[in-house]
Amino acid sequence: MIGGLFIYNHKGEVLISRVYRDDIGRNAVDAFRVNVIHARQQVRSPVTNIARTSFFHVKRSNIWLAAVTKQNVNAAMVFEFLYKMCDVMAAYFGKISEENIKNNFVLIYELLDEILDFGYPQNSETGALKTFITQQGIKSQHQTKEEQSQITSQVTGQIGWRREGIKYRRNELFLDVLESVNLLMSPQGQVLSAHVSGRVVMKSYLSGMPECKFGMNDKIVIEKQGKGTADETSKSGKQSIAIHDCTFHQCVRLSKFDSERSISFIPPDGEFELMRYRTTKDIILPFRVIPLVREVGHTKLEVKVVIKSNFKPSLLAQKIEVRIPTPLNTSGVQVICMKGKAKYKTSENAIVWKIKRMAGMKESQISAEIELLPTNDKKKWARPPISMNFEVPFAPSGLKVRYLKVFEPKLNYSDHDVIKWVRYIGRSGIYETRC
Amino acid sequence: MTDSKYFTTTKKGEIFELKAELNSDKKEKKKEAVKKVIASMTVGKDVSALFPDVVNCMQTDNLELKKLVYLYLMNYAKSQPDMAIMAVNTFVKDCEDPNPLIRALAVRTMGCIRVDKITEYLCEPLRKCLKDEDPYVRKTAAVCVAKLHDINAQLVEDQGFLDTLKDLISDSNPMVVANAVAALSEIAESHPSSNLLDLNPQSINKLLTALNECTEWGQIFILDCLANYTPKDDREAQSICERVTPRLSHANSAVVLSAVKVLMKFMEMLSKDLDYYGTLLKKLAPPLVTLLSAEPELQYVALRNINLIVQKRPEVLKHEMKVFFVKYNDPIYVKLEKLDIMIRLASQANIAQVLAELKEYATEVDVDFVRKAVRAIGRCAIKVEQSAERCVSTLLDLIQTKVNYVVQEAIVVIKDIFRKYPNKYESVIATLCENLDSLDEPEARAAMIWIVGEYAERIDNADELLESFLEGFHDESTQVQLQLLTAIVKLFLKKPTETQELVQQVLSLATQDSDNPDLRDRGYIYWRLLSTDPVAAKEVVLAEKPLISEETDLIEPTLLDELICYIGTLASVYHKPPSAFVEGGRGVVHKSLPPRTASSESTESPETAPAGAPPGEQLDTVPTQGDLLGDLLNLDLGPPVSGPPLATSAVQMGAVDLLGGGLDSLIGAPSFVAPPAAAVPANLGAPMGSGLSDLFDLTSGVGTLSGSYVAPKAVWLPAMKAKGLEISGTFTRQAGSISMDLQLTNKALQVMTDFAIQFNRNSFGLAPAAPLQVHAPLSPTQTVEISLPLSTAGSVMKTEPLNSLQVAVKNNIDVFYFSTLYPLHILFVEDGKMDRQVFLATWKDIPNENEAQFQIRDCPLNAEAVSSRLQSSSIFTVARRNVEGQDMLYQSLKLTNGIWVLAELRIQPGNPSFTDLELSLKCRAPEVSQHVYQAYETILKN
Repeated sequence: MIGGLFIYNHKGEVLISRVYRDDIGRNAVDAFRVNVIHARQQVRSPVTNIARTSFFHVKRSNIWLAAVTKQNVNAAMVFEFLYKMCDVMAAYFGKISEENIKNNFVLIYELLDEILDFGYPQNSETGALKTFITQQGIKSQHQTKEEQSQITSQVTGQIGWRREGIKYRRNELFLDVLESVNLLMSPQGQVLSAHVSGRVVMKSYLSGMPECKFGMNDKIVIEKQGKGTADETSKSGKQSIAIHDCTFHQCVRLSKFDSERSISFIPPDGEFELMRYRTTKDIILPFRVIPLVREVGHTKLEVKVVIKSNFKPSLLAQKIEVRIPTPLNTSGVQVICMKGKAKYKTSENAIVWKIKRMAGMKESQISAEIELLPTNDKKKWARPPISMNFEVPFAPSGLKVRYLKVFEPKLNYSDHDVIKWVRYIGRSGIYETRC
Repeated sequence: MTDSKYFTTTKKGEIFELKAELNSDKKEKKKEAVKKVIASMTVGKDVSALFPDVVNCMQTDNLELKKLVYLYLMNYAKSQPDMAIMAVNTFVKDCEDPNPLIRALAVRTMGCIRVDKITEYLCEPLRKCLKDEDPYVRKTAAVCVAKLHDINAQLVEDQGFLDTLKDLISDSNPMVVANAVAALSEIAESHPSSNLLDLNPQSINKLLTALNECTEWGQIFILDCLANYTPKDDREAQSICERVTPRLSHANSAVVLSAVKVLMKFMEMLSKDLDYYGTLLKKLAPPLVTLLSAEPELQYVALRNINLIVQKRPEVLKHEMKVFFVKYNDPIYVKLEKLDIMIRLASQANIAQVLAELKEYATEVDVDFVRKAVRAIGRCAIKVEQSAERCVSTLLDLIQTKVNYVVQEAIVVIKDIFRKYPNKYESVIATLCENLDSLDEPEARAAMIWIVGEYAERIDNADELLESFLEGFHDESTQVQLQLLTAIVKLFLKKPTETQELVQQVLSLATQDSDNPDLRDRGYIYWRLLSTDPVAAKEVVLAEKPLISEETDLIEPTLLDELICYIGTLASVYHKPPSAFVEGGRGVVHKSLPPRTASSESTESPETAPAGAPPGEQLDTVPTQGDLLGDLLNLDLGPPVSGPPLATSAVQMGAVDLLGGGLDSLIGAPSFVAPPAAAVPANLGAPMGSGLSDLFDLTSGVGTLSGSYVAPKAVWLPAMKAKGLEISGTFTRQAGSISMDLQLTNKALQVMTDFAIQFNRNSFGLAPAAPLQVHAPLSPTQTVEISLPLSTAGSVMKTEPLNSLQVAVKNNIDVFYFSTLYPLHILFVEDGKMDRQVFLATWKDIPNENEAQFQIRDCPLNAEAVSSRLQSSSIFTVARRNVEGQDMLYQSLKLTNGIWVLAELRIQPGNPSFTDLELSLKCRAPEVSQHVYQAYETILKN
């Protein structure tokens, strides 16, 4: 199991050091600094073995988190734990920065004591932790016995992510379907790989212990239901999507999903990620990028890029940005674009073309002349792909929320009383076209 | 409130100041001071001098202050054990606190204070907390048992905490169950033999129930524990798999990977024809792909594991090639791993896509990645024959880029392509030669030189090219020097007329001017070959080379199977067994996949069948390599001594033989043991007839007797110890001749040839009566069965135990040693029936102190059957009496070396189906009695 946990700043100074096991010596903390943080070369692996001690690290901005062990631990668990640790810290004090960590070091030690016991991760749900780990002075001696046992039963219980007795005057929930569409396209316009990774994020403000049921246009479910009436199948069949794989928040009953493919759960209070999914079939690619790069002699490049929007004309895409990489020996760039603004950014070695809004089924173009310094570097320019960023108000996978039903048998509000909001946002993930 | 100010105190006399603050009356000031202490501790300052002052702050109602003091204690208690005792009282008191959070905090912290003296005080509070009414306290106490075990294992056992911990597996709270499982698994790891985690269908069921309810971390503990269980049959395996599959949709990647581990392991037991097997395969792919959208560090862990999974079960991800395409912004470690998997998944169906990608990668920035991409193109060519041509042209395109390291890498892989497809792509040689000057890396230079030498007859100016390399001969690395030497010799053999001068030059450079023994030796060998027999030289140097295959980079199957059992863990990330990176005894328990069972009623595997000499026992007698090297020198490599061996005659033999060709023959031809087959002692053959007739007159009606009892084959030499060669075997005796039935399995990746066998001297002079004949080379995964006839005419040396046999087996890879025990009954000769009168006289004649008594319990046979069963193994009943309802059998047997053993067997009918036997043995050489008794038991119980 995890033998110790260290947090360093970018210089390699220790901000937090907590050792759980005897086999981790005092020099371990220095070994990581010398061999990884101060190492000259780029990080070649997130797992490093130094003198039979293994270090797992993640970086958040310029803060290093490292877990240490001498045993054959579950490596996936260690990384999941480090991410979780970051989430918990962010939930308590916002951005993970040197300043914030120093300001909250007592709290961090307290958290580390609670969520990792002898190197075994314990309950790490922020909702539960916040009931009894507080640095703002709400101390347990003021709690009644009932409150204490409620805390412990929540921390250890089946529904560790929600406490009882939550009350709202207005029962409300928000569903965000957030998708990122990923594309890798060849210069000839052939789709090399494309997939959508989506998340359903729920913000719930519901009283009591509500039982929720979530439904979407999952092909398998719709085909199952449609068996009886062939008519319905043909109507809805077109609308359904094939989900390649999905994972759920721990509140979702997985065995129920496995047997009936229904998604039922008691949600945590506030915001959480209900599910993640991935689709690979019938993806709507919101934009098409057509590059044309021509090398004129050794000192000049001509670049022309056309983008085409490919969705309903009534919808508007936003925050469109096209990034055209330029060679390292670029000396000057002239750009002409039909729409938006384009600029050559020396520090990033790229031409960045920004368009605020663009409707569906439209087309725009940029052309640039790049002048190069003559070099004797034999190595050819790698021609990194042209990447794109955008945001569209629909789900490129075609996912639709069909329902989200809420039942709370003990309190007197029904599904109809809950105010529900659904929003779809499609963003670019890694959306690249080679040139 | 900001705490960062605590980090900035750098004044002199700081400790003194802190001391004063700690002893202040004001609570706030105290707390501030403790915070400063902790801050100093974090940055590595030694604040242990403040120990008593900090401990004084412990008795407080303020939980925050208390936690801070505890933190300090955990860090420094070890350096101040005596002072740490001061804290005990508060801990014990806190363990009784009405607030469960404080009770748990106390027991948790106490477990972290690793001072022996404290552990005694910990026992009582821990016992209470393990049975606390609050689940939060119980789950903390469960982990505390593991902590205590780490400090003082004996104490935990003595206090009975392990039993309490086992009870917690049935706790009503899922988190308590999960922590108990984690603690037990850890404790069990340090006691591999103890049956701590007594997993059975009932406890497994409990775990599976808790799996649905506990936290994500708890699910990981439980799944990792489940993976250690071996279901009793395929039906149980399937039902566990069914309950584990829902975990594949968990958001936590570690839960998913641990579930994959359980499924991969239990799938091994399912029949491939089963519908469920196919369903399961399909269910595995999507979650594995989803892992690739996790954060890069987890992607890396996932990719390392996928690498193992696609080697074990390529069918899982064969359609998912695209997801492994490298993204421009992937971290380098993810890129390199993806590339590896792409090559593994490359097939005729997707090769076009793969090649297009690889070509793209070859223009990237990171040098390592580009090199690997170029190498990958070469591996594709070797793996998918249809694509070879396209790969070669892609490589040529890359060479045209003139990027130095790309060119060099391409040349190295083209060499491999030539070796896979000789006489096909030599047309490209001209292009390669153009780039000769730009090669500055030894590997590339060596590859190019190899190509020039190999195809010297097609390259007009081969001599010039090689000569140009020769100029700087001494500055080259050894690899290049060796290659250059060989290449020039090849050239000379192909074009002797023009290159005589060149070859002489290189030979003299290699032999006279070099300090490198390898180079010198190779030079001399060539020189002598060329000067004595040029024809032979041609045959040797220009011999046809074995083709290279694509499997060279695969993980060895036995290691792969072990690593599959470690999916998700560090071992799977390093691709090394835990013993390679974990210190001490922990985690070095060797894991293996469960054996495949065709159906629930399948027969037991040979390992579990009671064999004459159980495998465990054999392992004990296997000498270490060092011992064996000494023994090898004593191996009798001379011709076997004919005639009845004398116990003392051969003591000095062997050692003399050593340099006289004995070892040479072991390494060289397999014919080093060549006694004629007729060497089976004549005195065995002759009396066989009479033995047989005796046999029939006693056991009329039992016509199916075919020879003495044969134990099932046991593994003698595991593949792990013999570079992939696994040997299992048994001994048989049939119609007077002894043989060793061997089963050789090739679990390595290369073909095995040139087998030979040799025995060390042993108590009964056992020796192979014929060479070990394996007719065809043994290709990977192939198994052959061989019956090796044995004689007892070898030289004799008393071994300990008496019936142990040390064997050396040689093949083209190496020489391996193992040791086994042979059942004594293979030495019982067929004329071992003694005359009644002689029996009586001999019985009286042998002194009573030579008599040994043994018990054989629960024998499923009656007197009649016992007698006939024994007779089939040449133990003859001379007379039979019935005394007071008990059958008495008087028996005799003779060993191959002429030793007689007399026996009195009293058969006491126990219950109707079983009898108890009492065996008295008399023999002039009493040390054999024990083994004769074992032979009796083996024969009667099987």
